[in-house]
Amino acid sequence: MRDVAIIGVGMIPWGELWEKPLRTIWAEAAVAALEDAGVDTVDLITVGCMSPGLFVGQEHLASMVADQIGMAGVPAARVESACASGGLALRNGFAEVASGLADLVLVTGVEKMTDVDGADATFALGTAADQEYEGFHGITFPGLYAMMARVHMARHGTTVRQMAAVAAKNHANGLLNPNAQYHLKVTVDDVLASTMVADPLHLLDCSPITDGAAALVLAPVDRARDLAGGRPVVKITGSGMATDSIALADREDLGRLRAVQLAAERAYAMAGRKPSDIHVAEVHDCFSIAEIMVTEELGFFPPGEGGPAAENGLTALGGRIPVNPSGGLKSKGHPVGATGVAQVAEIVTQLRGEAGQRQVQGASIGLAQNMGGSGGSSIVHILEVAS
Amino acid sequence: MISPARSWREAPQRYRLEAAKCTGCGRVCYPPRVVCPSCRGRDFEHVVLPREGNVVTHTVVRVPPQGFVEQSPLTIALVQLKDGTRLMVQMADVADPETVHAGMPVRLEFRRINSDGEAGVIYYGHKAVPA
Ligand SMILES: [Zn+2]
Repeated sequence: MRDVAIIGVGMIPWGELWEKPLRTIWAEAAVAALEDAGVDTVDLITVGCMSPGLFVGQEHLASMVADQIGMAGVPAARVESACASGGLALRNGFAEVASGLADLVLVTGVEKMTDVDGADATFALGTAADQEYEGFHGITFPGLYAMMARVHMARHGTTVRQMAAVAAKNHANGLLNPNAQYHLKVTVDDVLASTMVADPLHLLDCSPITDGAAALVLAPVDRARDLAGGRPVVKITGSGMATDSIALADREDLGRLRAVQLAAERAYAMAGRKPSDIHVAEVHDCFSIAEIMVTEELGFFPPGEGGPAAENGLTALGGRIPVNPSGGLKSKGHPVGATGVAQVAEIVTQLRGEAGQRQVQGASIGLAQNMGGSGGSSIVHILEVAS
Repeated sequence: MISPARSWREAPQRYRLEAAKCTGCGRVCYPPRVVCPSCRGRDFEHVVLPREGNVVTHTVVRVPPQGFVEQSPLTIALVQLKDGTRLMVQMADVADPETVHAGMPVRLEFRRINSDGEAGVIYYGHKAVPA
């Protein structure tokens, strides 16, 4: 396999972008990444998008968006793994460059979620769960994570205050990210005073509905060195993916996210790295409990220590392992298909030393973890500054 | 909206709790599968799930999905039946959701789950009630 670098990053401000259609937000992010990379054509476009059919009534998405930037003719494919679609788009692009099938790949993620009302958006997101044997009975996504939260709380003593601390920390980071959907200071008490959505998860434990897109440009490392222009070259050194039963009823242990653990194990093995080597991480905090469970599965903390770690500031900027310096899904927003790409965009920005006020000082090895649904899939990438 | 074909197809599981037991390793699959997830065996015998079990974990859904607004808040539990099979079900006949807890003994009862409006198909299935 060839070494693969990320030579371009494209992010746009996220939020309820009522004035722009999907094709426009996608094109803005794509163009930003191509400009950042200094290239004007690619061999392949990958598009992570969970459900354009349900959110905007559009399928055949990859061809449609390729044409929007004057690249009709270029191969383009949409990939889907629910909320991990963006991570999967990167993994597929990585495989193409590593194998030599393509040299330059434009990896993108997009979701336009506010063209439907809240009930329709909830339905679309719910299709990431087992529709026949979970959705049929009225369970929602917050409900599924709430059930896992209760198991984690009973087993480890994880508290609602620890979960709220994750949300407060990510909102604090989001204040430093101009592209974040919410620039809002949130305290632990604010979280606990917010509406209960699915006991024990409050509204402010949950990530929002967002319109957004993000993009990356991949190239073989040799080509990347020529195009870098003095900036650090960031390589993808590890890529791991795993699946799990999507129905909670079919899982052996509801206090674990096995797909995350397996994907991480595979990414660490490929990179030749261990959890203590990681300087900065972006993880899938779709709900506050998810970040706690994920930081344990990634090996940053032993089982049961994820909650206390968040409460004690170990995952804050300046802490032992800063998690979600971008503000995470919680504050930056969660346009589901775009999230996995934006996580990696943030890690590249951090490793280049271009993250401004939210910069993790001296970061040269980073990790991004993306999750599908209630843990039915997960994708982990490890990125490093090339020496 | 659930099609008549789907409603008819799912009746054995929804109405009668019919499942498939792997003859190789004994794992019960609800709903039935083609391949046993435990041993990858492909031979099954027809079984009916027991109705008694215990709550493994639960939540109270206070922001309900489409079609469940009138029933909100929904107490929903993951229940483990006596034979080890787990399934997601609503709790019924629970006056105070705060009394639901892990380990709570429950029994599955045939109940109305939902309907497609006033003149549409009515969906039946099972809910868990305190035993
Ligand atoms: Zn078997």
